[in-house]
Amino acid sequence: MVLIPAYNEEGAVASVVEEVRAIVSDATILVVDDCSEDDTIREARRSGASVLQLPHHLGLGGCVQAGYRLAFELGFDYVIRVDGDGQHDARDIPAILAALQRENCEMVIGSRFLNGGGKRSGWSRAVGIALFRLILRPILGRSVSDPTSGFVGVNREALNLFSRTFPLEYPEIEALVVLQRRRFRFVEVPCHIRPRLAGTSSIDTLKALYFPIHVLLGVFVNVLLFPGSRVWRIWRK
Amino acid sequence: MDRLLNVMTVASLLLIILVLASVRREHIRVEYSVSWLLAGLALLVLSLSRKLDEMLATALGVPDLTIGLLTICGVVFLGVLFALSLRISELKDSGTKLAQRVAILEFRLESLIERTEFEQTGRKSDEQIKTTRMG
Repeated sequence: MVLIPAYNEEGAVASVVEEVRAIVSDATILVVDDCSEDDTIREARRSGASVLQLPHHLGLGGCVQAGYRLAFELGFDYVIRVDGDGQHDARDIPAILAALQRENCEMVIGSRFLNGGGKRSGWSRAVGIALFRLILRPILGRSVSDPTSGFVGVNREALNLFSRTFPLEYPEIEALVVLQRRRFRFVEVPCHIRPRLAGTSSIDTLKALYFPIHVLLGVFVNVLLFPGSRVWRIWRK
Repeated sequence: MDRLLNVMTVASLLLIILVLASVRREHIRVEYSVSWLLAGLALLVLSLSRKLDEMLATALGVPDLTIGLLTICGVVFLGVLFALSLRISELKDSGTKLAQRVAILEFRLESLIERTEFEQTGRKSDEQIKTTRMG
């Protein structure tokens, strides 16, 4: 299944769906609409995607988790998440799927920085990514080149986990720590990031300032709950 | 100091009346009114008993009674706000789960209806599919 979370993406979602279908014609394409105020649902349906329509706005994490839950309930083995704004190149989907099947890992991250990519990141995002790389390295026990990437594929084990536990806001980085808590594995494959096809980012200046604080706190709480940690043992009692 | 205590008495009485009126009009549920009523009562008792205030101020090591009172007020309201934050977090989690469940059930129901219609009519015309999807 290809999962496309979308919020007010009427200008891009149909192109994304059509592009995905052209690359993986036999995949189920599910657009999860996070209660958009525009014609996202109509556009997604017009392009032939199935639409999971949330009754109210949940934010990115809640939106993605709803898709994971449905995919898990419907028995899908692999789900690849592609953003609804057209930033992810559908031509990278087969590589992500192949890595999921080949590497026997629970998650594959499409990284814009492998193979010398990543020139499209603004300076503030680049600083944020560098900071989170530093923080995540000792927690994950390995480096991760693109911790904020939303271009990810997960297998059924990760689907099972994420359908029960998934960060509700800014989920990408925290999801890595949630995976690590369960000793799940992830690998990165190179992917291409393009400018969004239409619309504007939902992260404004205020949210951009709040983002690292929220994520750091989320990471910290997840680390405290690592199996074997003192807090975890007290919690289990 | 007396003026401050009088203001506090009036404010705590107003708080208690407001909470009771809200409960009566069902604007606030009884279980969520308890923390506010306890806060109002605590402040009322403090505002009426100067001896108790002095005792608490001494226990807190605060020389000035006014600062002591404000500290106690702050602690009481922080407690109430924390209880409310717990409630809001709980509600947000429940709301998210509920919204996801509703969306999934709606999706599966629509799929079931489509499949049933397909089985009943043999094969749906393109126009029917379009109408169902747009609906």
